[in-house]
Amino acid sequence: MAKNDMKKDVAVPALGFVGMLRWAWTQLTSMKTALFLLLLLAVAAVPGSLFPQRSVNPEQVTIYLTNKPTAGEWLDRFQLFDVYSSVWFSAIYMLLFVSLIGCILPRVKKHAKALRTPPPRTPSRLNRLPQNGTIEIQSAAESGLSDAEIARQAAALLKKRGYRSEARTEGPTPSVGAERGYIREIGNLLFHISLVGLLASVGIGGAFGYNGQRVLVEGETFVNSLVSYDSFKPGTFFKEDSLDPYSVKLDKFNITFDRESTTHFGQPIDFTAEVETRRSPDAEPQKETIRVNHPLRIDGADMYLVGNGYAPVVTVRDGAGNVAFSGPVVSVPQDGMYTSLMVIKAPDAKPDQLGFQGFLLPTAMTDETGFAISGDPNAINPQLQLNSYYGNLGLDDGNPQNVYVLETDALKELNNRNLDAGGIVLSAGQTYKLPDGKGSISFDGLKRFIGVDIAYDPSKRPVAIFAALSLLGLGISLFTARRRAWVKVKTSVDGSGREERIIEYGLLARGEDHGLESEAKELRKLLEQQWPAVERAGV
Amino acid sequence: MENNMPTINVALGQYSDLFMLLAAIVYASAFVAFAWDLAKSSKLIQEIDAATLASEKKALVAAGAVGTPPPGGAENELVNDSMTYTATSAKRMAAKVAVSLTWLGVLLQGFAVVARGIAAGRVPWGNMYEFLSTGSFLVALVFSLVLLKKDLRFMGTFVIGLVTVMLCGATMGFPTPVAHLVPALQSYWLIIHVSIAVLASSLFTITFAMNVLQLVQHARMDALAAGKPDKMPFMRLVPGAAPLENFAYRINAVAFVMWTFTVMAGAIWAEAAWGRYWGWDTKEVWSFVIWVVYAGYLHARATGGWTGARSAWLSIIGYLCIVFNFTVVNIYFNGLHSYAGL
Repeated sequence: MAKNDMKKDVAVPALGFVGMLRWAWTQLTSMKTALFLLLLLAVAAVPGSLFPQRSVNPEQVTIYLTNKPTAGEWLDRFQLFDVYSSVWFSAIYMLLFVSLIGCILPRVKKHAKALRTPPPRTPSRLNRLPQNGTIEIQSAAESGLSDAEIARQAAALLKKRGYRSEARTEGPTPSVGAERGYIREIGNLLFHISLVGLLASVGIGGAFGYNGQRVLVEGETFVNSLVSYDSFKPGTFFKEDSLDPYSVKLDKFNITFDRESTTHFGQPIDFTAEVETRRSPDAEPQKETIRVNHPLRIDGADMYLVGNGYAPVVTVRDGAGNVAFSGPVVSVPQDGMYTSLMVIKAPDAKPDQLGFQGFLLPTAMTDETGFAISGDPNAINPQLQLNSYYGNLGLDDGNPQNVYVLETDALKELNNRNLDAGGIVLSAGQTYKLPDGKGSISFDGLKRFIGVDIAYDPSKRPVAIFAALSLLGLGISLFTARRRAWVKVKTSVDGSGREERIIEYGLLARGEDHGLESEAKELRKLLEQQWPAVERAGV
Repeated sequence: MENNMPTINVALGQYSDLFMLLAAIVYASAFVAFAWDLAKSSKLIQEIDAATLASEKKALVAAGAVGTPPPGGAENELVNDSMTYTATSAKRMAAKVAVSLTWLGVLLQGFAVVARGIAAGRVPWGNMYEFLSTGSFLVALVFSLVLLKKDLRFMGTFVIGLVTVMLCGATMGFPTPVAHLVPALQSYWLIIHVSIAVLASSLFTITFAMNVLQLVQHARMDALAAGKPDKMPFMRLVPGAAPLENFAYRINAVAFVMWTFTVMAGAIWAEAAWGRYWGWDTKEVWSFVIWVVYAGYLHARATGGWTGARSAWLSIIGYLCIVFNFTVVNIYFNGLHSYAGL
């Protein structure tokens, strides 16, 4: 980025308004400010890893706010649960990018000019340069080559080595000015411009995208429309008609567990969802799979496998014998053995609404203490262990409820291990009659479900392109060297009247260049190959 | 990856564990030898100085010349500023033993790492034990390879000390028998993303040591210039602050490009796994912080008033962030990158 070229002794009061603006701009675009903003950005990013973030894990934020209401309120006031969209974080990176653009523009202009300018003029004393040397060669009389001719040949030699060179043959001492590594600055500019492009792509592309979640039980079909999503987060410029009308039916979900290892027995080693897709309502159905790391690529909105579990199929009848609920119930796995928490709500049951909560044990067995546990993640001996309730489920007042939580405060217990009636224990195919003729519940079968994320983000492609360009630019700017070289040809007459001719060369690095010394050696070698050094006796 | 997973070779896995232990013991001995080299350096320095003085006296008498040449000619330097081996390099017996032991450790651990990979039928970096054991192997290997060209033996105590700690941490802190990868890690991006991350981290480890020594050398030179006695004569085995800074910069530049690639490859993998290329997961946050700190370091080198000690501090802070990201974030923070196998 631009070096700090502001004047040190600026007198602020004398500047006036425009002067103040210019002063502020110079300050903002100075290297020191950019460095400060960069380090500030690093510090500002840290709180996002210390506190739960709404953008990453909204449930954790709710839990934090419930557990620590006072601290949470203050943290929330300073947007510490939304660090990366907060005013202060945005301010830092916006300022940084303004500063960056302020650096890039003049440098593009400067470098465009440098590309059209011949190499800098030859300094009068090359021995002041960090790398320099002299070689005495045959005089014009001995070799038949004039000083100017030597300079022209040296220029050609440097050009072959990748320098842009210019022979200066007017005047008493012909010389060559040369420079190479203009691409270093091009790489540098490419890197920084690509970063701006990357940020712009993220901002603009993200606004047109959307993402959502859906739980899909085996046999169910997802149709890409707003009502099909369990949760949906649109970008600012999202329009409903941008949803591609495709459909995905989950045929079967397979998990492979490790059955060989004694130490990792039962650890999942593969998840595969077999699906039937239709790219549009009248398209031919296709058999495809969704796996972790292998999403279902659908142009416009890809589908990612992010979770799975069991969905026991349950039928609940009320006291009158009518079906109050029937279908798969999504249960939430709690451990590696898929011991899963489940809640059933039957608001249609009469005269009282019915509620159930408890566990699904895919492979029910009892441990040493007589406690029922699941011994395997596969459904070898599936069993439901439930408590039941009746009363008002609280669904009728219109307040949204979490489907995975049963509010039991207003309900009366029917079945519980502490009651005389005991808890409900159901194996597959069994039916249990609720006490007091409140109805029955039957465990009809077991299905698996998957949790999928559906994401559409048009910024992906431009972000990938800009990222690749920035990496290319970074590599070029760090691993190419910008160097200047000069060669002078000097002829002088010594005391005895003999002509003595010397080639003098010098090199200067622009920016970091640890290879300047070896470049000087290489250049000397090339010069000596072309014009062998002469050894004068007694010198 | 296919469903028909390769069979785990348990016996080979146990051989791997054994060779890890052997390597740890050898590294510990190498560490002692490196420390011994530093401890007896003052005696060696005295001997060399005395020999230099004597030979110069002889030369002076022979030539009958007057005037005092500076003591300790270039050929008697223990280290030089380009960190190449000098005429006196071979006189450091303890250091020679230490380097031989390091190579032995690298061979033993190399076998252990490869055996682990073959036993599992996959790349050996899928949990915390493997991150540490393979990571420490890479640090030791990179250091040994650099030693072939450059005399960085002055860093041996630190680097091999760290390798020993990492390897002991792996075998004692996170012992994990060989197993298949969890589905989330079954991707060829594991090979690319993690290997480059570990390689970049091992380069950052070396520059961290250089930048710390740079600061110590800087303070020592200031003290010597102020006429104070030399409290750390073993630092004569270490090059000057400026060459340390320059060499660290060269390596940091390479490591920074690698880290940039690591973050990008991680983003591509994240897109395939989670449907978004960047989501401020804790690991992503810290990778970003590390990237920004080292970007700051590279810029600081081109900013007036920020070269030397200040930029060295940035490099050190960047490395501390890497250590934090690797240890605390892996073990204590809940995130999508929770593959420590704990």
